[in-house]
Amino acid sequence: MADNLGAMTTVVELRGARKRFGEIEALKGVDLTIGPGELVAMLGPNGAGKTTSISLMLGLRRPTGGQARLFGLDPADRRARSRCGVMLQESGTTGVLTVREIVDLFRAYYASPLPTAAAITMAGLDTRADARASTLSGGERQRLYFALAVCGDPEALFLDEPTVGMDVEARRAVLDGIRALSAAGKTIVLTTHYLEEADQLASRIVVIDRGVVIADATPREIKSRIPSKRISFSAETSVGDVTFRGLPVQNLEVSDHRVRLLSNQPELVLKALFERGVAVRDLEVTGADLEEAFLSLTSRP
Amino acid sequence: MTRPAAAPLTRMLLAQTRSELLMRWRVPAFSVTNLALPIVFFIFFGLPVAHLRRADGVSIGAYLLASFGAYAVGNVMVYGFGIGVANERGMKIDRLMRASPLPPLVFMLAKVLTALVFALIALILLIGFGAIAGGIHQTPAVWATVVARLLAGSLPFIALGFAIGYWSGPHAAPAIANLIYLPLSFASGLFVPINQLPAFVQTLAPYLPSYHYAQLAWSALGAGSESLGASLLWLAAYTALFLTLAVRAYRREERAKFG
Repeated sequence: MADNLGAMTTVVELRGARKRFGEIEALKGVDLTIGPGELVAMLGPNGAGKTTSISLMLGLRRPTGGQARLFGLDPADRRARSRCGVMLQESGTTGVLTVREIVDLFRAYYASPLPTAAAITMAGLDTRADARASTLSGGERQRLYFALAVCGDPEALFLDEPTVGMDVEARRAVLDGIRALSAAGKTIVLTTHYLEEADQLASRIVVIDRGVVIADATPREIKSRIPSKRISFSAETSVGDVTFRGLPVQNLEVSDHRVRLLSNQPELVLKALFERGVAVRDLEVTGADLEEAFLSLTSRP
Repeated sequence: MTRPAAAPLTRMLLAQTRSELLMRWRVPAFSVTNLALPIVFFIFFGLPVAHLRRADGVSIGAYLLASFGAYAVGNVMVYGFGIGVANERGMKIDRLMRASPLPPLVFMLAKVLTALVFALIALILLIGFGAIAGGIHQTPAVWATVVARLLAGSLPFIALGFAIGYWSGPHAAPAIANLIYLPLSFASGLFVPINQLPAFVQTLAPYLPSYHYAQLAWSALGAGSESLGASLLWLAAYTALFLTLAVRAYRREERAKFG
């Protein structure tokens, strides 16, 4: 994709970015570089600093330390903003205009936008195109914001929790849309607190927790670092923490002989338990609930 | 292929103004109060005395049409910006607009243009109503002067609207706008001629912005009581005052929301 601002190697650059809100330091020095064409998911629990990161990238907030650049420019620069489409949490739009009218308006903000109908179709809002925004459901409203993000045909998209409040079908439509945009070469930065969503979409996952990036890797690498299987069984002999000493287990729960734990290497764990003489009954090994497994990565004592 | 870096500002301004006009038209709280309220007030206060003449020979009907014209334009500005800005802040429209490529100045300018269009329509309806229902006639040149002066002189009320919009929340804004603007209009002699107001209000009136604003229209009819220069000076001072208040509140909000 050509541009007239000279060769551009990065879309987003955060350098030691810090953000303090009063007593709370929401970001404690984040370094992040995102290049053209990347699809990056920022993953983390609520309050981890995802939205603050996006706000710094877009110049909606000023870093209290370090710096933020967008297409090599100050993020508030109109030339940088003109190359971005955004979908924010905690933002609104007028209720008295129709979906078509609002999309049409936002198209005027961009140099070479998509046709209005195309943007509305991408968001799956064809049947609601002439409805006033105030009559939309929560999920439809999210889709309107998606349409507003894509209607300018921008090079980069910033989507803060894009599928929040959507039903299964709408969610799938929007995820398909994001994939198609990525395939067309757009740079996409999205935040989510669903590991599954990040895994399905992104080629790179940045895990952020308590204002710090704790992992920045491919989905495969991230998943290898979190326990993927749940093992549960009843023990015929008495078991305790000591039984599992040295084994790759997480989130161990023992109650009344019933044992539940998460692990990446269930075969190794079971073999060790048998060797340690644990008699096992009602054994189940299942895929771990990814959300629960993910929490084991982000929650520290 | 090179893509232009940004969309042309004129195209943005046109699209934004068109949307603002539609939005305002579709909210009866704005469109009805903006366009109908001045006529309703004129029916009560103006029509019964429209056929009379002042001692200086100026038609009282025309004088009151000019007064209600001043009220109408100020009304469009104070309510439009006061309640409009407070609402948009409440709905967090500002956040999405802030992240978009639309420059804030274009956003504001579109609002000003929209308000001017509504003010113009309000004046045309009012003067037309006066002619049809009250038989009040002046030469087109006189009315054109009244309209042009009222539109051009509305700046202090735009600034007052912004100040109210940034200082108050969406629920308080309508009440605050009413509490400020209605007494201000009354005490400035826009509803009832000044010489019929209570004595202390007559003393107060020459210090109020609406009083000097209405002078722009009254003097176009030959019924002014101060020079055009004096009116403009007063209005400039009030613009500076209200703008200072608006900018202060705007900056406070900037720090809290986008700092």
